[in-house]
Amino acid sequence: MSTDKILVGIFSFFGIIFTYWFFLMKREKPVNVLNKVDITVSGGFSPKMITIQKGKPTKINFLRTDSSDCLSEVVLSDFKIRKELPLNQKVNIEITPQKVGEYKFTCGMNIYHGKIIVK
Amino acid sequence: MTELRRSFPIKGMHCASCVRVIERALSKVAGVSSATVNLATEQASVAYDPKVATDEILSSAVAGVGYKLVLGQEIKSEGEQKQEKQKELKKLRSKVIISLSLGAIIVVGGFFGLPPLVQLLLAIPVQFWVGLEFYRATIPALKNRTANMDTLVAIGTSVAFGYSAFVTVLPQVVEKIGIEPMPYFDVSTVIIGLILLGRFFEAKAKAGTSEAIKRLIGLQAKTARVVKNGKDIDLPISEVAVGMVIRVRPGEKIPVDGKILEGESSIDESMVTGESIPVDKTKGDNVVGATLNKTGTFTYKATKVGSDTLLAQIIKLVEEAQASKAPIQRLADLISSYFVPIVIMLALFTFSVWYIFGPQPAFLFAILNMVAVLIIACPCAMGLATPTAIMVGTGIGAEKGILIKDAASLETAHKINTVVFDKTGTLTYGKPVVTDVVSVKGKGESGKAVLQMAASIEKGSEHSLAEAIVKKGEAERVKFEKVTGFKAIPGHGVEGVVKGKKIVFGNRRLMEKEKIDTTLARSDLTKLEEEGKTVMMLGVNGQLAGLIAVADTVKDSAKAAVKKLQGMGIEVIMLTGDNGKTAAAIAKQVGIKRVLAEVLPGEKEKEVRKLQGEGKKVAFVGDGINDAPALAGADVGIAMGSGTDVAIESGNITLINKDLGSVASAIILSKKTMRTIRLNLFWAFGYNIILIPVAMGILYLPFNILLNPILASAAMALSSISVVGNSLLLKKAKI
Repeated sequence: MSTDKILVGIFSFFGIIFTYWFFLMKREKPVNVLNKVDITVSGGFSPKMITIQKGKPTKINFLRTDSSDCLSEVVLSDFKIRKELPLNQKVNIEITPQKVGEYKFTCGMNIYHGKIIVK
Repeated sequence: MTELRRSFPIKGMHCASCVRVIERALSKVAGVSSATVNLATEQASVAYDPKVATDEILSSAVAGVGYKLVLGQEIKSEGEQKQEKQKELKKLRSKVIISLSLGAIIVVGGFFGLPPLVQLLLAIPVQFWVGLEFYRATIPALKNRTANMDTLVAIGTSVAFGYSAFVTVLPQVVEKIGIEPMPYFDVSTVIIGLILLGRFFEAKAKAGTSEAIKRLIGLQAKTARVVKNGKDIDLPISEVAVGMVIRVRPGEKIPVDGKILEGESSIDESMVTGESIPVDKTKGDNVVGATLNKTGTFTYKATKVGSDTLLAQIIKLVEEAQASKAPIQRLADLISSYFVPIVIMLALFTFSVWYIFGPQPAFLFAILNMVAVLIIACPCAMGLATPTAIMVGTGIGAEKGILIKDAASLETAHKINTVVFDKTGTLTYGKPVVTDVVSVKGKGESGKAVLQMAASIEKGSEHSLAEAIVKKGEAERVKFEKVTGFKAIPGHGVEGVVKGKKIVFGNRRLMEKEKIDTTLARSDLTKLEEEGKTVMMLGVNGQLAGLIAVADTVKDSAKAAVKKLQGMGIEVIMLTGDNGKTAAAIAKQVGIKRVLAEVLPGEKEKEVRKLQGEGKKVAFVGDGINDAPALAGADVGIAMGSGTDVAIESGNITLINKDLGSVASAIILSKKTMRTIRLNLFWAFGYNIILIPVAMGILYLPFNILLNPILASAAMALSSISVVGNSLLLKKAKI
């Protein structure tokens, strides 16, 4: 096998490992929220993981700054909320979780994900 | 003093000084103990005694200083958002036209020797202007270590464009390694054009999935004609408060929910409740906001405004249902979290395999196949498969008066094989009416006379069945005679003197007590009792004169509804607290074979659980008020709505159209929606599972087939559209 093929093989192998590590091995620490949090919607949700208190009303403000159509909606299906996120406009969602657990929130097409941890 | 604290939206504020002005104006109002205004949220929080300071007084105090206090919130203003969306769509359309036109010039020009440099110049605006949105989405995504469709398109087209630009500027370098310096600008431009074309159609189709909710929002009236100091004033709907008197003329929309004070009319409620026949309403009847007044003029008192109206509740419920998740979606959720990174890994794998093991020119094969893999992958189709169908399904339901609380209920309903109907108030009207008036032959009293005497004597009674008899008397226009010596005998009936005759009216025990012979009417008595009716006897001067039978009557739609369900292979069961005889009689009338009689109210849930224990998937249909535990215990609880005070929250599904036939319709809707979801998921998964390997070149060895990246982009564009289109087809479903 010629050198270039070996190099391409090695490059691809490490490329695959890197892709796996970069996208799928990300560890994120949840942000503790008292009663209000701003989540920036740009290439995903930031912060992506929040911790809130059970039984306490919590305001989540979503601000989309990314023009991608993928992110034009946010869905908190466990709370039966689907909201449009107009570009550069704050959208306020208030939830009062009654059960401890982990609840996902996603974009309208279910590509981007975030998590609400209720303690 | 009972103090109330409420927040009101304020319009017209600009600065901090406005805050103080409004706070001062509100504080001056008698009955207001405190008022704070927030500029950021544009809200005033007022603590006040509602008996002293009414909403209107607060509103006029704020209006007096030049601002507006909004009393009832309008449901939603869609206009601006719609305009913005249309603007975006227009922009997208022009981008599609430009990219596809330039792409077409490059494709056709390529055949006629259009110089690569010209092709590069034509491709640059497509890649970096039209395609800018892919980069714009990719860069922040990568910063967050996430990826989406745009990432795949950005990488794929950048590779094609980058390689082509390279061979155009430095052709000698690729020639040196034995590759013909051929650019692939057609690939980069047409891919961008086709993917955006797909997005354009997808956006248009997606708008169709939420049509039902938009239609419901659009139903809301804009103004109300409020009667104030004897004058009619047109007020915006947002300023209508509870207690205001509103006048509605023929052909006008009823603005908010309320109770008729004066006048009568026929009202078409089909747009809100799905009930097809106009309803006659008169003084004391409730009216529903957003319904259409057809014939008469009337005034009514507003009882519910803003988000409390039935329409607002329906909209909220449908919105919530559309945002909820169906359990079937779980697999798609799981896959979508890993999908894009896996596709990137597969693309890298494809490149290396083709480069290392592929035929010459291996580099070209490697690049084109890698681009094809990146472009063909369509995570959006998987993401759209379930929610779009749920949106259309719940929307159709709402239009027909079938409110589905969440996607999970819609999913469960298709598995239902047993429907349990509560009897009273569900299969029947729940109100006893006189069904038979029988005069005993040879006793000289006609049927009308029997009714006249019974109705006259019952007029003074408070017994629950008395009302039915008096009503019947009124309907038959009998003359109510004066009764003397009236006496109620608990557990037996009543007695009194009418026109000099001693009258007794009551049950068998009363007749026995009065020693009245009932043998003459035995056959009638047995027949009526076998029909499940309650029979009362009339004795005149110690002789049996007639019988009056009272029964709860079966709803008109009950028989057909039961038949429809049975025709679908669903077992129909009736559950009631009545005795076996009465229950059997009603069941026979509606065609139900299995009856659970003498079930105490608290045991209804237990019976439902028992059926579930037999392995049945049970839907319980009740009136939603008394049956809450059974509704909650069933796999699907179906509550029958009743006018404006719909117990919307009590069931998984609420039939606000009051049509029992809708139980079957809800199950059919669930079946059809699930079929659409399954087809969507099959298509979305199948598409990716089959076409990604094809793009990788799996068919090259056996059949010499490779997927052109342009075809890959066309397929990708089509896959999302087909999923949304398939969901829209649900609208044509007959339920």
